[in-house]
Amino acid sequence: MNLPIEAYLVVSTLLFFIGVFGFIARKNLIGILMSVELILNAVNINFVVFNRFLYPNELEGMIYSLFVIVVAAAESAVAIAIIINVYRKLKNISVESIESLRN
Amino acid sequence: MDTVKLLAPIVLALPFLMFFVLGLLGNKMKPNVAGILGTCGLSIVAIVSYFIAISYFWGFGRVGEEYSQEILFNLDWLKMSETLPGLTIKIGFLLDPISAMMLVVISTVSLMVHIYSMGYMHGEEGFQRYYAVLSLFTFAMMGLVIATNIFQMYIFWELVGVSSFLLISFYFIKPSAVAAAKKAFIVTRFADMFFLIGILILSYYTETFQFLDLTAVSGDHATLVHDRMCGEEFFGFLPAISTAMFLIFLGGAGKSAMFPFHIWLPDAMEGPTPASALIHAATMVVAGVFLVARMFPVYFFEAADVLTLIGYIGAFTSLFAAVIACVQTDIKRVLAFSTISQIAYMFVALGVSGYTSEHEACLGYTSSMWHLFTHAMFKACLFMGAGCIIHAVHSNEMSAMGNLAKKHMTITHITFLVSCLAIAGIPPFSGFFSKDEILVAAANKDTVLYVCQAFVAGLTAFYMFRLYFRIFWWNENESYKHHAPHEAPKNMTVPLIVLSIFTCFMWIEKFFPFFPDKITADRKTLDLEFDSVIAGASVLVALVGIGLAYWLYKEKNDKPDAIASKVKCLYISASHRFYIDEIYLFVTRNIIFGGICKAIAWFDRHVIDGFMDMLGWTARESASGIRDVQSGNLQKYALGYILGVIIIAFFVFCSL
Repeated sequence: MNLPIEAYLVVSTLLFFIGVFGFIARKNLIGILMSVELILNAVNINFVVFNRFLYPNELEGMIYSLFVIVVAAAESAVAIAIIINVYRKLKNISVESIESLRN
Repeated sequence: MDTVKLLAPIVLALPFLMFFVLGLLGNKMKPNVAGILGTCGLSIVAIVSYFIAISYFWGFGRVGEEYSQEILFNLDWLKMSETLPGLTIKIGFLLDPISAMMLVVISTVSLMVHIYSMGYMHGEEGFQRYYAVLSLFTFAMMGLVIATNIFQMYIFWELVGVSSFLLISFYFIKPSAVAAAKKAFIVTRFADMFFLIGILILSYYTETFQFLDLTAVSGDHATLVHDRMCGEEFFGFLPAISTAMFLIFLGGAGKSAMFPFHIWLPDAMEGPTPASALIHAATMVVAGVFLVARMFPVYFFEAADVLTLIGYIGAFTSLFAAVIACVQTDIKRVLAFSTISQIAYMFVALGVSGYTSEHEACLGYTSSMWHLFTHAMFKACLFMGAGCIIHAVHSNEMSAMGNLAKKHMTITHITFLVSCLAIAGIPPFSGFFSKDEILVAAANKDTVLYVCQAFVAGLTAFYMFRLYFRIFWWNENESYKHHAPHEAPKNMTVPLIVLSIFTCFMWIEKFFPFFPDKITADRKTLDLEFDSVIAGASVLVALVGIGLAYWLYKEKNDKPDAIASKVKCLYISASHRFYIDEIYLFVTRNIIFGGICKAIAWFDRHVIDGFMDMLGWTARESASGIRDVQSGNLQKYALGYILGVIIIAFFVFCSL
């Protein structure tokens, strides 16, 4: 199966914009967090694809995508902890409910 | 000399220590303890002062026919610059004939006032505070007269002003006392502003504050001032020396209550009477005379026009104050105007004086200082006598007095009479000798001034004996039936006796060795024959004044009222002090506050404040325009961020 590089990039772009749309449109904080994960994964695909097609003998892109996965895991742990606390405080995890953080 | 050097700091340190002890711990002491402590401290100061003065005049001070100027110590107090050594303010002790004489005057009068106040202020609230401030005043006045440099003098000058303020407002629950204290402080501060500007001009050119440098004379010039300032102009058109010296004189005129700064002194009589005796009669108010005497070589050689002006201002003030004194009814006010008049005499004497015995009227300087000495003694005695009278009849007004000679107030009566004779210029009392020398000096230099001062001498005799006859003769007062006057206690009469002994016998030079020779301004001794014509004339004038007062006031009659109604216009304006206070009030309230200040306030409120308000308003309005962007909504932020990235990316692509 030899797909051209554009096919991969189209998938990652779609994934990225779905993530962006989700980030802007979702009201639920969990949903927003999932959208962020989508964006990160779109980036990961790009890393891997460019590594595979442009520098097949090297591993930097792979390593970077692993690195991003680790950071994303840590980030979602923190984010979920925050969301749990928001829920405990406000009994609600919609994004409007934390507008009061402005002050 | 070494002993004197060792003892000299006590004169400053002890009163200052007493001020701290009495001021901080006074309320923990019984009033009597505080009084005795203050008096003992001052006795030591007085003994040290007398010792210094005697060993100066009769010992190391006299070198041949000349008296030396000794600096006993001179400490750096405030070093303002490493590169300019002249710009260091020092605190020191300059001993020369006039400062030695002032030490005696201040310590004597201050000690007498301390003793007297034990009786007069007995049982007053704030007795300890009173003694603390008296100590502060003594400290400040001592520091002023022994100053080695003009800035030290200025510092202590302000300190005496503060202690004067504190003593005038001693009865601070009385609104009139508060108003008088504020008036005294503001008027003298206003004059001190000129003094400070004068100091700054003078030291800007000469680069020193030290009196010994400023007043050094060689040939016909005050060398340093002449070299640095001659031909210099201030603001391009005022001669620098005359301007500086005139401004310095204005400072002295404020403290010494010369016209037009005299308005504070009569009101200052709201303070306790012994404080008036010390501050507003004997010592502080002569600070201006002392200042001019201290700077005398500069005035004489480099600012002769200012010196002449000082003489004329003095003559006018002495006449002006003497006329007002003739119609006042409050006995302390009469004495206050008399003080103004007598200090003006001293200024006249300085104004006509020459520097060395070769100049004409060289007697002026010494007679001015001599009159300062004698006046301090008899005027303090008069004030304390007035205090005894007020103590006896519980009023300041003449209408509450009369016939006190028959009321067993013998000591008060005799000492008051002696002092009145002295101030009127009747021999052999001290005032005669000093005033006669002033008249001789004036006659040698300027006939107009002589005639004026001789006339004022007559007026002085008249108003002092008006006071005397009105208090001690006249008729029996109705109010005595309810409250019989009685003689004051011993601690009030003893100071009176001491001061009147000074007044009686000061002409015996060997008996009071504080001015053993007549000394001209160059500190050389002077031999002068007695001028019997002028002496005879002044005694005659004084006798006429006394005779007139006797004729009008020896017993109750209508003659004074009749005369007053004949010259009604003059009488009324004199009893309103020639409306000078009203003029001041008009100028300050209507012109300065009402006119100029109102315009400035409008400008400040509307233009300056308005501009600032506009800046704030602009910032606030533009901020409220964009504050909605920060909504706190996470997704709006994200949207803004993404749109921003897209726009930037678009431009980046376009530019590729």
